[in-house]
Amino acid sequence: MNVAPAVDMDRVGAVLDRFEKGERSHLVHALQDLQSEIHYLPKEAIKAAAKYLDVPLHSAFSVATFYKAFSLVPRGETIIKVCLGTSCHIRGASVVVEDLRIGLGVGPGETTQDMKYTVEVVNCVGACALAPVVIANTRYIADVKPGTIVKIIEEG
Amino acid sequence: MGIANLKKLEARRSALHKAHENVKTQVRVCSGTGCAALGAFEVYDALVEESKKAGLPVQVELAPCGKDKDPIFVSLTGCQGFCQIGPLVHILPEDILYTGVKVSSVKDIVGKTLADGQVIDKLLYKNPEDKKRLKGRADIPFYKGQELVALEGCGSVAADSLDSYIASGGFSSLAKALKMDPDQVIAEVEKSGLRGRGGGGFPTGRKWRSCVNATGDERFVICNGDEGDPGAFMDCCIMEGDPYRVIEGMIICAHAVGSSTGFIYVRHEYPRAVERLSLAVKTCEENGLLGTKILGSDLNFDISVARGGGAFVCGESTALMRSIEGSVGEPRAKYVRSVQRGFRDKPTVLNNVETFACVPSIINEGSDWFASRGTEKSSGTKAFCLVGKVVNTGLIEVPMGTKLRDVVFGIGGGIIDGRPFKAVQTGGPSGGCLGENYLDLPVDFDALAEAGSMMGSGGMIVMDDRTCMVDVAKYFLNFLMEESCGKCVPCREGVYQLHALLDKLSRGEGEPQDLEKIQRLGKEIQVSSLCGLGKSAPNPVLSTLKNFREEYEAHVNDKRCPAGVCRDITTFTIDPDKCTGCLVCKKACPPDAISGEKKQVHVIDQDKCTQCGACRLVCKFDAVVTS
Repeated sequence: MNVAPAVDMDRVGAVLDRFEKGERSHLVHALQDLQSEIHYLPKEAIKAAAKYLDVPLHSAFSVATFYKAFSLVPRGETIIKVCLGTSCHIRGASVVVEDLRIGLGVGPGETTQDMKYTVEVVNCVGACALAPVVIANTRYIADVKPGTIVKIIEEG
Repeated sequence: MGIANLKKLEARRSALHKAHENVKTQVRVCSGTGCAALGAFEVYDALVEESKKAGLPVQVELAPCGKDKDPIFVSLTGCQGFCQIGPLVHILPEDILYTGVKVSSVKDIVGKTLADGQVIDKLLYKNPEDKKRLKGRADIPFYKGQELVALEGCGSVAADSLDSYIASGGFSSLAKALKMDPDQVIAEVEKSGLRGRGGGGFPTGRKWRSCVNATGDERFVICNGDEGDPGAFMDCCIMEGDPYRVIEGMIICAHAVGSSTGFIYVRHEYPRAVERLSLAVKTCEENGLLGTKILGSDLNFDISVARGGGAFVCGESTALMRSIEGSVGEPRAKYVRSVQRGFRDKPTVLNNVETFACVPSIINEGSDWFASRGTEKSSGTKAFCLVGKVVNTGLIEVPMGTKLRDVVFGIGGGIIDGRPFKAVQTGGPSGGCLGENYLDLPVDFDALAEAGSMMGSGGMIVMDDRTCMVDVAKYFLNFLMEESCGKCVPCREGVYQLHALLDKLSRGEGEPQDLEKIQRLGKEIQVSSLCGLGKSAPNPVLSTLKNFREEYEAHVNDKRCPAGVCRDITTFTIDPDKCTGCLVCKKACPPDAISGEKKQVHVIDQDKCTQCGACRLVCKFDAVVTS
């Protein structure tokens, strides 16, 4: 079981200060900025955003759980996104997911115990010519061949 | 620095033109997503640095009052199209296209080509047919037969430079439009026959006019850059590669419909598009091209860039507007159209990125010029992403009405490894798969719809005999099942049940009546869903069932997947006559199910095998067979 670290509410406050108080239309934007700051959305941060932007708590959670970009659980240092767009799918992206499952012991949406890696699947990142594609944080790994991905990522 | 009026714009342009004329050599480094992933930025940095070291008069910006003689202008452009062989470096005026450029090749490029005018043979594109090296875009089959309108500047202008855009004629169309009456602008767009490039194909001019005719004290212009279709990245390329063009198109629209506020909604998976558009908006504001009294006219217009949250349904217009309002992106029924009551319940024009990118050309060149391209009911050109199992993958733009065959086999160069063509998928999750008998179909809005597919935003995914149509249909249903917002029952539950039926087929548990059930359920979902996502969700299933029925029947009657993809009914074995014992499959096998020594026939342990197909993907000798 991963234990969530304590949330630094000063950082949350600093992010929220960039937005107009009580302006509910900024909710999605604010949650995005919070997530890029803390790498996930702890419930304290969602509550703070709801209060600051004067949005009912249920609406804030509804937005936070609706959009795929948001994660309500802590994620690993490296986020490995396996593209499952059509082009990647027909060029063998499912093998890449399989390789990661066996090599790192985690499937899509899961994080390794040591909090190093989170595996996610995404639908098309717009690099179809390089299929199958994996993105490790900001690094694009093109034309991933079976049996190679874990080594490529671990070697950094 | 500001461009307060038309005179200043022209003065700036003519100064930049002069600077451009002085440039002796232009070096355009492609920084599209594909090339960037392969290291284009590093190549660009190395090119600039190496040229400086070699004492060449290198410029990274167009300098109207540069002192250098015969300067070399090195720029980062948007996608140049041929992503397959990136990173690309295009050198002009000689038209030399270097492919697969690495940092290690830069020294040669600078020393031999830039300093000495030599062409480096080994960096040129090799035609797979006759192994001959081809020098430039004019010689390469991939670029022949293309006509660039929306992508005109993508790959030629420096992506983050307003000056480069202005030098290439940018904002001259806005200048022309501002001298025209708004009604004339709309009439011109109407006459051009431009239809929405996002997939629906609704006439753009008519949309603008309905917005003007709607009652409301405020109007909005929204650019839809939430390109969610898997296998489509045209809009991404335009936003990254020619952001000023999109902005110009939007300002023209604002002038036409009388709006002062605009939004560009960009998918969060496209961080570079967000970055470049935000920069472009800021630069336009600083230069007086956005804000108050644009180019000295009475037009006031501001644009905000909104990031999406990663929900496919937000590509639907009403859901997108809800999302910009800060809410959950759920669509609403469209008996009241968004041109009447859209964003904040005010009249709103929402067009796709490519549609806005076509507008400047239409105003500049005239509606007749645009309408003379393409077919009678689908005028102009259309950008496509040619991907999948095709030799030349990348971004292309062709006149509407071009035959599928010319796209797949002409520009695309046919199927990888010479395997047989099976189908081409258009329209993303809302489209369908067209088989060999449709290869001579002219690609336009109506012909595709009649054939049971749709234009969609322009993804074109080519499939070979190793692609299973049941699996493809299941793939799209899985996608839609996850992306359905859940508001209406037919989509939320219907797609789920449809997926369950296909899953049953792929497990070899299908019953003869299932095909009938799939058809019936599909039609129900089409007629009763709330928004476009649901209405079109059954298309991939229905079109494959219609065009590849025998493959569905094989799954049901023989419990067999002819393409060898559906795991539960496929066994992988190694053909001892073909196996050379090269160990490649053994190394690639995720569960270590393959045994065998070097130069000895390998064997797959069926108990360990997970039927993932990795061995077949890597085998160069076609020795892995499925049954």
